[in-house]
Amino acid sequence: MNHKKRQLLYGYGFIGIWLIGFIALTLIPLIRSLIFAFSDVSITGNEGIVTYSVGFDNFTTILTTDVTFIDQLLRFLSEMILYVPVILILSMMIAMMLNQNIKFRGLFRGVFFLPVIIVSGPVINELLNQGAGTVPLIEQYGMLFAIDEILPAFLANPLQTLLSEMIMVLWFSGVQIVLFLAGLQKMSSEVYEAAQIDGASPWETFWKITLPSLRNIMVVAAVYTVVMLSTFSNNDILTLIRQMMFSSQGGYGYASAMSWIYFIIISILLIVVVWIIAPKEKVKRVKGVKRR
Amino acid sequence: MKLLSKTITSASLKKRLIGLQFKDGLLFKVIIYALLIGIGFVYVYPLLYMISISLQDLADLLSPSVLYIPSKLYLDNIITSFEVLKYLETLLSSLTVTLFPAILQTFVASLIGYGFAKFEFPLKRIIFAIVILTYIIPPQLIMIPRFVLFNDLNLVGTIWSILLPASLGQGLYSAVFILIFYQFYKMIPKALEEAAQIDGASPFYVYIKIAVPLSVPSFITSFLFSFVWYWNETYTSSLMLNNLVETLQLRLLTFVSSYQDLFPGEAALINEGIRMSATLLIILPMLIVYIFIQKLFIQGIDQSGLAGGEQ
Repeated sequence: MNHKKRQLLYGYGFIGIWLIGFIALTLIPLIRSLIFAFSDVSITGNEGIVTYSVGFDNFTTILTTDVTFIDQLLRFLSEMILYVPVILILSMMIAMMLNQNIKFRGLFRGVFFLPVIIVSGPVINELLNQGAGTVPLIEQYGMLFAIDEILPAFLANPLQTLLSEMIMVLWFSGVQIVLFLAGLQKMSSEVYEAAQIDGASPWETFWKITLPSLRNIMVVAAVYTVVMLSTFSNNDILTLIRQMMFSSQGGYGYASAMSWIYFIIISILLIVVVWIIAPKEKVKRVKGVKRR
Repeated sequence: MKLLSKTITSASLKKRLIGLQFKDGLLFKVIIYALLIGIGFVYVYPLLYMISISLQDLADLLSPSVLYIPSKLYLDNIITSFEVLKYLETLLSSLTVTLFPAILQTFVASLIGYGFAKFEFPLKRIIFAIVILTYIIPPQLIMIPRFVLFNDLNLVGTIWSILLPASLGQGLYSAVFILIFYQFYKMIPKALEEAAQIDGASPFYVYIKIAVPLSVPSFITSFLFSFVWYWNETYTSSLMLNNLVETLQLRLLTFVSSYQDLFPGEAALINEGIRMSATLLIILPMLIVYIFIQKLFIQGIDQSGLAGGEQ
């Protein structure tokens, strides 16, 4: 057996299990879900699942008449536009503070990472229901009311949600903080010393050195944030899709069409986010944080 | 003379406070600590709130003078929710549907990661790209056909509906774990394995005897995150388990109705104290685990290479 054949055999031997799983449990379901999306699916006793092609009917019905879905989708989008930058900026700021020469760094880091361990749909639901999702101060000083007065509705509503769910926003930043902190600690101090000798202010060093070298990590953190927020189990759209699966006016076909619309929206969002953050080719990459 | 000394002391005071570069001054330190403590408080506020409310009886909950500190040690809420949740029984089934998928997923991810890291075969790059892409495929997209498939195979309502995807590398965020192992195995020098292979050992033997022992840290990281994510996941599992296997998280979702079933006449008497203690009981196992092995979680992310490795 020659070297090349051996590599092929063992390579596929090791990843074979993934290939089988991918085809059986991801690829075929993906194709079926696409077929469902273009069909009217009914469940019969003796034949099992029967699909009847209806073309784009499901999609047109959703996009033209399903007010709840469109409404939820728009709310989801406006929340994402607000949440993703806030989470990224906050977690980067917290990571930079932790990166200073401070005592109890481990303790602080442990506290900021804690939510990752305990966050789940039902737990968040209960906390929000009981009003533990916000800091009391925000409500006491009428900040929510003030925002309503000053800003137009399309800005005020997401901002109010943001403030009233401030703790939840912070709670979703645990992994990102640790990612940024790891990135900051990998950077060599020599660059900073050189910049300091050249008379650069901390402000300048941040924009010229720290931020550009954190870009790749920011891409990872942004993708993580978008995926996590869009698949979190008490997400309203996910709940709606789930209800539609077993509802008489919906069904598997209708629910599948909804998931595809949602997936396309998320994909576009991901592409836009990565395109905004990712280092452009022209920008010279800083040593030490290169990623393939 | 006096004036001179005064300017000197004020200058040195200023130097101490603000520092030469601001970053080394006392003022900077104070601001940083104040901010960190403030944000840290916001982080733990829901937890403290939960604990405080769980320990309050009805009188305390209604009394305006008791906000956070209960007037006495009151454990009835916790005992009630312990009963309503059927805590020990549910904890056991929670652990079963969490532990086994996590273990399987970790081992399979290691195998797959090793395959990608150590062998050259046609289509490797494309397949690896697809592995990464599966991370962004939202679960609800493939959930319906998977549900139909598992329903045909009579797996719905059994632990197999979760175990099967996990054991084929299609579990919860499997792509992340494959990536973690891939990054790690890439770093093991080839010479180590080549020496063993010259002695006639098969690649699988080399994997078990050399690669696996070296990658224990990656195993720990993957297992921990896998465990936590499976523990907290409810969207797919509630559909697949179909209320036949009840986990703690799923019981929390239906907590109010199970409370009413257990105490029919007192349905109106459910209060936030009871609900918060139920929530507290749900997160308690993870909280305890976290307090003891907090460092392992965070080191895990550091080592995973996800934060930009040196390659």
